[in-house]
Formats: sequence, C-alpha cells, structure tokens
Amino acid sequence: MKMKAPFLPPMSLGLRCLKNVGTTRIESSLLYSTTTAQKYDLVVIGGGSGGLACAKEAAGYGAKVAVLDYVTPSPHGTVWGLGGTCVNVGCIPKKLMHQAALLGKSVKDAAAFGWSVPPAELQLNWHQLVTAVTNHVGSLNWGHRVALRDKRVTYLNASGTMLDRHTVLAKDRKDVETVLQTDNVVLATGGRPRYPTFAGAELAITSDDLFRLRQPPGRTLCVGGSYVSLECAGFLTGLGFDTSVLLRSIPLRGFDQQMAGLVVSAMENLGTRVVRGSEPLRLERTAAGRLRVSLTPSGDGQPPDEEYDTVLLAVGRDPDTRRLGLDALGVTTDRRSGKIVTDPGNRTSVDNIYAIGDIVQGAPELTPTAIVSGRLLADRLYGGSSQLLDLATVPTTVFTPLEYSCVGLSEESAAEMVGGDDQLEVYHAFYRPLEFIIPGRDTSSCYIKAVCERREPQRVLGLHFIGPNAGEVLQGFAVAMRHGMTMESLRQAIGIHPTSAEEVVKLNISKRSGRDPTVTGC
Amino acid sequence: MKRLQAMVKQLFKTNGIAYGALELDQVEDGPALQDALKERTGQSTVPNVFVNGEHVGGCDDTLQAHSSGKLASLLNGGGGDAQYDYDVVVVGGGSGGLACSKEAAVQGARVAVCDFVKPSPQGTTWGLGGTCVNVGCIPKKLMHQAALLGEAAEDAQKFGWSINTPTHDWEKLVTAVQSHIGSLNWGYRVQLREKRVTYLNAYAQFVDEHTLKTVDKKGKEKTITSRYIVLATGGRPRLPNIPGAREYGISSDDIFSLPHSPGKTLIVGASYIALECAGFLRGLGLDVTVMVRSILLRGFDQQMANLVGEHLEKRGVKFIRQCVPTELQLIEEGPPRRVKVLAKTTDGEVVEGEYNTVLFAIGRDACTDNIGLDKVGVQLSPKDGKVVCTPDEKSTVSNIYAIGDVVSGKPELTPVAIQAGRLLARRLVNDASILTDYANVATTVFTPMEYGCIGLSEEDAIAQFGDDDIEVYHQYFTALEHTVAQRDENGCYAKLVCCISQEYKVVGFHIVAPNAGEITQGYAVAMKLGARKWDFDATIGIHPTVSENFTTMNVTKKSGAESKSSGC
Repeated sequence: MKMKAPFLPPMSLGLRCLKNVGTTRIESSLLYSTTTAQKYDLVVIGGGSGGLACAKEAAGYGAKVAVLDYVTPSPHGTVWGLGGTCVNVGCIPKKLMHQAALLGKSVKDAAAFGWSVPPAELQLNWHQLVTAVTNHVGSLNWGHRVALRDKRVTYLNASGTMLDRHTVLAKDRKDVETVLQTDNVVLATGGRPRYPTFAGAELAITSDDLFRLRQPPGRTLCVGGSYVSLECAGFLTGLGFDTSVLLRSIPLRGFDQQMAGLVVSAMENLGTRVVRGSEPLRLERTAAGRLRVSLTPSGDGQPPDEEYDTVLLAVGRDPDTRRLGLDALGVTTDRRSGKIVTDPGNRTSVDNIYAIGDIVQGAPELTPTAIVSGRLLADRLYGGSSQLLDLATVPTTVFTPLEYSCVGLSEESAAEMVGGDDQLEVYHAFYRPLEFIIPGRDTSSCYIKAVCERREPQRVLGLHFIGPNAGEVLQGFAVAMRHGMTMESLRQAIGIHPTSAEEVVKLNISKRSGRDPTVTGC
Repeated sequence: MKRLQAMVKQLFKTNGIAYGALELDQVEDGPALQDALKERTGQSTVPNVFVNGEHVGGCDDTLQAHSSGKLASLLNGGGGDAQYDYDVVVVGGGSGGLACSKEAAVQGARVAVCDFVKPSPQGTTWGLGGTCVNVGCIPKKLMHQAALLGEAAEDAQKFGWSINTPTHDWEKLVTAVQSHIGSLNWGYRVQLREKRVTYLNAYAQFVDEHTLKTVDKKGKEKTITSRYIVLATGGRPRLPNIPGAREYGISSDDIFSLPHSPGKTLIVGASYIALECAGFLRGLGLDVTVMVRSILLRGFDQQMANLVGEHLEKRGVKFIRQCVPTELQLIEEGPPRRVKVLAKTTDGEVVEGEYNTVLFAIGRDACTDNIGLDKVGVQLSPKDGKVVCTPDEKSTVSNIYAIGDVVSGKPELTPVAIQAGRLLARRLVNDASILTDYANVATTVFTPMEYGCIGLSEEDAIAQFGDDDIEVYHQYFTALEHTVAQRDENGCYAKLVCCISQEYKVVGFHIVAPNAGEITQGYAVAMKLGARKWDFDATIGIHPTVSENFTTMNVTKKSGAESKSSGC
C-alpha cells in the first residue's frame, strides 16, 4: 500500500531557513499564515499505544486528526515501524520471547508426561525466533497503518516539533518538513531506555535492540533491577543463554518487596545468576570481540572483571521529549524526571497541549493505561465526556519465567496508608500448581498474598500472585477490586478446580497467625 | 431472669442438647442451693449452667460458649453425648465428605467418615478422596496438561526450537498420574488422622436415621450411631443398557489407570467428560471419535458448546452425530482389545465401527441406591434420583444432610462440594449460619481450548429476562501465543451477557481460550459482587494477556458489527 501524500508539497526550503535564524513563536505564526499549511483539529505526536488510541477515538467523533510517528534509531542503529514501544520493542516481542522460553520449558516437562523428547537435543535457533517475532510485529505495524486509514487519520512518518502552541513542524527521515496548524496537540512520544554515563556504556545494547539482534546474544549481562531487566534475563536464561543480572540495590523498585524477592529467587532457581550490590564501572571491547565488564566494589569487595558477549542496559527509561520544543512553549516538565506535568485531565501547563502515556509525570508506564487515557482524553475533547482515568486499581504483570501479577497496593504502601502493620491483615499461601508436580518443578516461589484492612469487612487493598499465567489469573480479580472486594467475598466465591487461580479464593491463613501458609492436599 | 432461662433452654432444644433444669424458685431448699452455688461458682444469679459437671456460667456465658465451640467440646470432652458414638458421621470420603468431616472435627465434634469404592464393571478401584482426586479433576487435568505439552512441542518448533515432533508413551503417563494420585490418597489419610477423624474404609448402610451398618473389605460388620449423618457418596458413570456395554465398554472410572494405550477410541456422549477425554486422547496422538446423540454440553451455552466442538474437530476429533450405540461385540480380548460397535442414527441408519476402546460418558448417577435411604425415608427426586434438600442441605429426615453430587439440582463440582461440606459442618457443630451460595458458580471445561463460564448461558438469560433486556458483548480474537505458533487464528471467543435493566449487570460470562480456567476465577468474584459491564470497561487491562479482552469489549451481537479482532 502506498499512502497518498496528504499535503501539498511542503515549503521545506523556507522553513529550514526559518529554523536557522531561530524564529520566535509570533514570527513563525505570521510566516506560516502565508504558507498552505493544513489545519487540523488534533495533532498527536507519537504513534504508540496511547497516541494511536487517542487519534482513532478523536477521529471517530469526526475530528480531523494527524498522527506523527518517528523512531530515532537506537545507538546501535535499530529502528522499527508504527506502534511505539509496546508493539515493537516492548510488551509484544518480550511476551513472545517469554512464550518461546516457556515452550522450551514445556518441552522438557513433556518428557515427564510421557512424550519422547530428548532434552539434550533441545536447541534454539535464535535467528528463527527473531524472524518469527519480527514478522508478527511487522503485521501489527501494518495493522496500525490500516486502522489509521480506516479511521481517516492522517499518518506522517515524521518527528514533531512544536513551533508555537498551534503549530507543529513535521520532519521526515529525509528532512522534508511539513507545517501543521492545529487546535489541540497531544504529546505521546513515550520513553526510551536510559544510557548511564560510565565509560564504554555505548557498547551495551538495550531492549530497543535485543528483540532484533542478528546474532544470538550469547553470554549476557542484564544491568538493572527493573522489570525489563528481569524479564529479559528470564527469557534469555529460558532460551538457553548463560545469563546474569546485575542488581545495584533492590529488584523491582516500587513493587512489593517480598514478592520481588520471590521473583528473583525463582529466577535463580531456573539458572539465572544474580550479582548483587554492584554496578558497571567500565565496559571495554576485548581483542576477541567480547565485552569486558568492570564493576564497582560491592560489599564483598572488588568483583573480578568478567567477559560477556552481550551487555543489556535496563536501568530505567527517560521521556522522549527532546524534539518536542517544550522549553520554548513553556510546557512544564518535572525537573528530576524530565516528564511532562499535567493535570488529572492530561492538560499540560499550556492549555491546548495535552500529554498521555509514559511521558506524563506520575503515570504508570503501561500500555493499557496509555490506551485508556488516550481514549478518555479524546472522549473529553470531542465527545463531551468528563470522565477521567481512574488509576486506583491498575493491575500489572511482570513476565518473568514465573510470572508475577499484582493489583492495588504493596504490603509496604498499604501499611503506610492505613497507619502501620497493626492495621493490616495479610492472608497468604504457598501453593503447588498442579502442572508443576509431575515434572518436579520448583514451586518454592509460587505464592499468593492478599493485603487487607484489618478491620471488618477486611477490604482487599492489594492482591499479589506469583505463578504460571499470573497475568491471566489476576485480570478478573482487578475487576472485583474495583467493586470493593473483601476477604469475605473471596471466601464466598467457589473455586475452579484444579487451577492455580482457585488458591486465591482459598486464602485463609493470615501472616499474623504465624501458621504455616503451605497449601496441602487439594 | 425467666427470659434468660428460656433463652438457654431454647438454645439446648434447638441444638438437640439433652438437659435437666432445677428451678430454684420451685424447690424447697432453693435459697440454700443458691448459696452453695455462689460459694462454688461465684455466681448467685440464674440460670447457672453446668455441662457434664463443669461450670459454664449464666445465659451470656452459655451463648458465648456455644458460639465459640466451647459448649460443643464440653459436650464431647465429658463424653456427654453418650447417646451416640459420634456427633457427625459422613458417608463418602470424596472432596465434600472429607472437607465436611475435617471441618466438623476442627469445630470440636466427634467425627467418622466412611469411604468405600465399589469396583467399576472393569474392576477398577482406587483410594481415599473420591472422584475428583482419583477418577476426575486431577487425573483429567494432568492428562489435559500432557496433551497441551504435546501441542507446546509443536508450537516450540515455530518459536525456533529444533526438535522432532515427539511421540507419546501412555504407560509412562499413567504411571506418573497414578503416583501423584497415590500421594494425594496418602495425604488425605494423614489429614484425617491429624484432625482426629475416624476413617472407616467400609461400606455404610442405614439401619435407622441415627444408625449405620458398615461392612469392610473383609466382610466385617460394625454398627455405629451418630447424631447427624451427612451423605456425600457422590456419583458414578452411567453405562447404557445395551449388550456388551458393561463387559467391553469402559468409563472415566477406568481410563486414567488403563495399563495400556486406549488406541483407537470411541467416546459415547457429549458431556464435558466426553469432550475432555476426547480432547486429551486426541492430543496424545490417538484416533478419537465422539458419538453424540443430540447436542454438545447440554446445559451450557450452546454457542460456546459448538465452538468447543469445532476446536475438537479442528484438532482431528471425529464426530458421529445423531447416533446412539446399540451393541458392543468383542472381536479380540487383546490387549489391545478390539470391539465392534453397532449404532443407529436417528434416521434409523445402522453405523458400524471397530475400536480398541469404547468409553461411555453419557452421564453420572448419584450413589443413592443400596444404602438404605428408603428405610429411613430420605426422599429422592424422581427427576435425577438425587437427595432432595433444603437450602441448608438438610434432607427430608431432620438429622440427615447431603452435600456434593448426591444433592438434587446442584452443580456437580468439587469446589461446590467442599464449600458446602465446610459450611455445613460449621452450622451443625457450631452456631454458624452461613449457607453455601450456589449462584454464579464458575466452572471450566478442560478441552484443548478451554471453556470457562460463570452464571447464565445466553439462552437462559434470554429466557429469564427477555430478549429485549439482554445485551450480549462478544469478541473473537487470537491469543498472542497462537500468532507465532500459527494456529487458531481468531480461535478464542469471549462473551458477556448483560441485563440492560439492571444497569448492564453481567449475568453470564463465557470464554473459550487457552487457560480459560485461570482467567475465569477472578471474574467469578467480581460477578458475586454484582459487577456491571461498566466495571469491566473501567478496569485497566493487563497487556498482553487473553484476559484483557474482557476490559475492551465493545461490539454487541445486536449491532451485527464485525467481532473478529485485528491488531493489538
């Protein structure tokens, strides 16, 4: 399919001149008025999950909408198509690689269930996996373009810079420039992996590169305790690579720390090496083409240098706001995170400019929240709605080999909220998923915890689940949480037998009781 | 004072506790007794209650002792209720019976449980724990898992794993499954011992409403008496009354311990058991045919049932529809056994086939025969031969209760039996009042593509609320794990049946997808809390999961709009 050029030939030469002399907002507006720039009701900068959802929803109300999407190549030159982080270098490829790792484990399990699979012969063809994943991602990129066309949203494969509050300069790969006049602007450029400043950091890759790596990663060091780091380390281990995780301090900051500890110990049991208390000091390429990693001293002294084939940095993500021209417009950003400050209605400090998704200060960096906030924003702008996104009970899942899903508060934040551990009742259980028993899999991290108010009716403030298919298990409980789920409502529910999910409604042992929380029998 | 005395007497009466009362204002030496009581108990007020010689206290103390279970344990501990051997005897050591007996013991009652497995016509027998553990949920889920792992091995190749398509060793699977079951049987015995429940591996029959005659394997007879008797004998597979069925056919009682591969298999019936067995046997690589008289999964939403059927067909299960077997003839005993099956379609056409195994899954009958229920007057429903019960699981005889699959009109599900058993025990032994809520019970059919549901089928919802008051939201989609695996495109389906006049309350939840069982559970809690469509919409999805589709459903059936998904 060839996209029809939506614009008259842009005045690229003149604009470039303008930029060179550093125009002010007023000047530029005056000058653009003489151009044939097209007018839009809404320009969305950033074609990720949030931006696309917002653009399509707005177009559904009849608004004239344009979406700008442009992928700045990673330092290693990786680029991708329309759809943003989730589709290209996030949720989708990581879940597929996670699935590939799970299937490898399944094949090994299968032997215990009577299948003739010699485990020794099990080999992964990395190239085939990357091709399969990339093909699927490609079909999604295509699907997004079709969806935009169906909704009559103009798509520009170009970066967007705000020249004034109503004018967006689009610049494509060949530096061809286009000017868009618009009533409203939605910023949805998301984030990109952070590169720390240690020497040789540029030799390391990030999640932007991993899913399209041409060569198998080989011996890999994942730097960071983020969920991205743990997920990548988990599936790489499962795919058969010698993988280590480097934790400077705690894993999964912001998550319940008991659960985080169990997630990491499950990974260690499956063969991921965890190095604690240190961070990279220096990265060098060896003569043999490998990467030598020097670490900062840890509590145990100076760790020896180690060589890896791949070093993956997953130490956090920074908002991708560089090109947006925020400073000139006076859009307020958070000094520390660089993220855009908005009101609960996603409005920035400039009243026709909005922001959604990962670039918003304080918003969870999750695809579904970006989608919903984009959609709700369009509903408010063009559909006469006043509904805001409710972030009280956003469930999420960490797709480590043994998945961890949660909704609501961690035990730590719950205790803080209700005024101390005294006011909490925590029900918990260690359980054995039926499918793990015959292959003799480790179940020591399969754990469920309901963090409740101690006073009746023991409202559930946080629900935490580690086990197979945790994401699938938790979604329905998230709906129940919105409805004021209590311990009594869990007890009243009847289980689905035999599942892991039924262990949630069978919870009955409180931490306070000191009784053994191991589930016995069935 | 009179009022407090009356309350205590009433408590004793309603709980069937024998008591004697000494009315201090009606006896001559009343004041002297009162002084003596004060000296001994520090209490001069009445009522002043003693149980088996031990002082309990006044009215409040007695009520308190009753609700805390202290009263019951005093009654037992003192050997008080010498009238009966036990407070509670449970007949049947399945999920419900064990849960009930253990809970009753925890609450302080003296409890016995009788369990005895009559061999199947093929001679299969098993240990403590009932259907679920031995010949139901547990082995079928394990065999389902074995089949899924076979699929996983195929999928793995698409994800870059270099393996040859594996073959399956039935005997190895049966050994693994049976050894797990063995450990569960053992676990139950240990639990009973720990909870001080007397376990009688004996067949129990009623002599009168408080008396059971038990006969063990060696024919040794024993008589036991109990205040309450709980029937939890469950059900067994029904075999059709046709020549050869009992001799050459098998049932779910036999399949999970079959010493050799079932080979080419005919499954008769379209119950969930039939379809689950068909699914995993096919998944293990066997040639499987299902013979169906009329519809699939009677009682379930028929659109979903047909979808389950289509998935089975897609995986190579053959269906012979509108047909019932008329005779089984042995060709060769084997193993492998060869059986000729004669069948007749509704058009009268004769169908013939040869199979190694013929498995009947045409329904289950409650075990209510030959246990002397007629003798004590426990009424059975003429419809299903099961025990007619009040909502508190009481039969027509006031001290005889029933839980689990023997109860008329209730779902035949392990967790239902467990919940009912546990709550009943609390009510019998203690002062609890919570009843089992049989509404919105979630269940899952573990076919290769699992089917999970809660609440009403679309048909039942329409019948109950009227077509105009029902809005059905639905969505076909492809599970992410199936995309790269290149199978089942748009093969998953989710449906929410909503009642418009009740603010779009979700009254029926249905999903066909991988892991439907895991997905469905949480929504059952949400529906018990009265979740409306809006609550589903307002919940943020977990990406990427199958379950998140329930948070983004916006196509109604009535709109006729496309309900197949594309994109992410």
